[in-house]
Amino acid sequence: MIAGIWEVTSRLSSLPDFMFPSLTQVLETLFKGLVSGQITEAIGKSLGRILIGFTIAIIVGLILGYFIWRFKLVEDTLGFVVTALQSIPSIVWFPLAIIWFGLNDFSILFIVTIGATWTMTVNATSGFRNVPQLYQRVAKTYGSTGFHFLRTVILPASVPQIISGLRIAWAFSWRALMAGELLGGGGGLGQLLEMGRSLGQMDLVISVMVIIAIIGTIVDNVVFSRLERSVQLKWGVNQR
Amino acid sequence: MYLTIDGIEKSFSNEHKERTKVLDEINIEVEKGSFVSIVGPSGCGKSTLLYLIAGLDKADKGEIRVAGKKVMKPGPERVVVFQEAGLFPWLTVLENVTYGLKLKKMPKEEAKSKAMDILKMVHLSRYVDSYPHQLSGGMKQRVAIARALVMEPDILLMDEPFSALDEQTRMVLHKELLEIWRKTKVTIFFVTHNIREAVQLSEKIIVFATRPGKIKETISVPSMKDGVMPDSVTLHTEQRVLSILQEEIEKVLKEEMGNDYSFKTNHIHRDDSGDMGSHI
Repeated sequence: MIAGIWEVTSRLSSLPDFMFPSLTQVLETLFKGLVSGQITEAIGKSLGRILIGFTIAIIVGLILGYFIWRFKLVEDTLGFVVTALQSIPSIVWFPLAIIWFGLNDFSILFIVTIGATWTMTVNATSGFRNVPQLYQRVAKTYGSTGFHFLRTVILPASVPQIISGLRIAWAFSWRALMAGELLGGGGGLGQLLEMGRSLGQMDLVISVMVIIAIIGTIVDNVVFSRLERSVQLKWGVNQR
Repeated sequence: MYLTIDGIEKSFSNEHKERTKVLDEINIEVEKGSFVSIVGPSGCGKSTLLYLIAGLDKADKGEIRVAGKKVMKPGPERVVVFQEAGLFPWLTVLENVTYGLKLKKMPKEEAKSKAMDILKMVHLSRYVDSYPHQLSGGMKQRVAIARALVMEPDILLMDEPFSALDEQTRMVLHKELLEIWRKTKVTIFFVTHNIREAVQLSEKIIVFATRPGKIKETISVPSMKDGVMPDSVTLHTEQRVLSILQEEIEKVLKEEMGNDYSFKTNHIHRDDSGDMGSHI
């Protein structure tokens, strides 16, 4: 239906083809881009960046979350700062990043990481905080302490909340990545968008948008939904 | 003495920074292998006392020794069975039971065979690979008991373990707990507000007074270790505990509802079994 409308309006409209390409044209560019490696390479580059940035963000977020949960002093100081930082869109960091690291890969990686870290921290903290007292008491009476206690009780018990944290963190870092690549260059899907604009190839721009949407959906639906469902099944909560 | 509770005092402060005494000068001695129950009205500090023995909380004054060792922190030689089973939902039944054994660094195979033996004792061999949410309330509590017993603790602390279960399940678990106790000779410290439960299970009942929690009286339950006691004997003991508690219950009610409230137990319908000399 939408495809039909698109095709018809594009052919009938007075805008030239390069500004409002038809669906068939977009699909053709998309296919060519995938085959020739132009788009595939960009996908690879973007995914590589986000994997690194996202992983760092998760680790840092979990560690910060642990300290905020564990120590009252950290909670009062850092906890407050994190909440404030969380409300800054990560692309806002970009000018600073350029000055600090230059207009390169590292700057992009930096804002991708920053974009996900604070959300992850907030979610990890509340996940740890909501571990039922009962589980903690049980584990303690069996002699669990220190790292073992963290690994076998606190972390697994907060898994549901951590997964929803991952989900939001992913969305944030994905957006940051696109914005960063668009401005910063250095290859990737964002830069391909920028290239399409400067060459006046709207079919390329729309192709990339399609790819971005597809990747976003796949990750959300396949990876995170599946994770969430498997936990729910195992724990027996909210069975659907 | 195996478990010695010596001059324990404990207060909590409320939101207005006022301190309320929950436990006052508690002295209890428990022999190895015995089954002791604590009964008392709600809020009398009986669960607090159990947490102190477990090491989950610290007393303001006094000390607790188990098998000669002073209680400083929680440990696997004093495991607790809580009111809710508290099984880890991310582990299977078997993994839940072997949790403590793995902490003790027991080899995997040995831990597994031990866990299987205990699970057989609580009649759950068929559910080793199930997750807790697939079990009923009674089954969960059985797993919790198995998880505690597998540690071969010096003392088994039970904090109203059956109060969230329905009557039938509770009756079955009473019977099974007694069988387990006779088989394993484990020392059991049992907190409950159910007088009948205390009378049916334990050898000694400690009745608590409330606000602050104090020992009001200690009653030995006449028991025939291997058989069922005649109803008349249990009823008589129950009645005695109830009459001791009556004053305390009244105190609680008066505090909650005002001074004109009065609570009296009805003795009439129990006369036929109570005073026919059957308790001698």
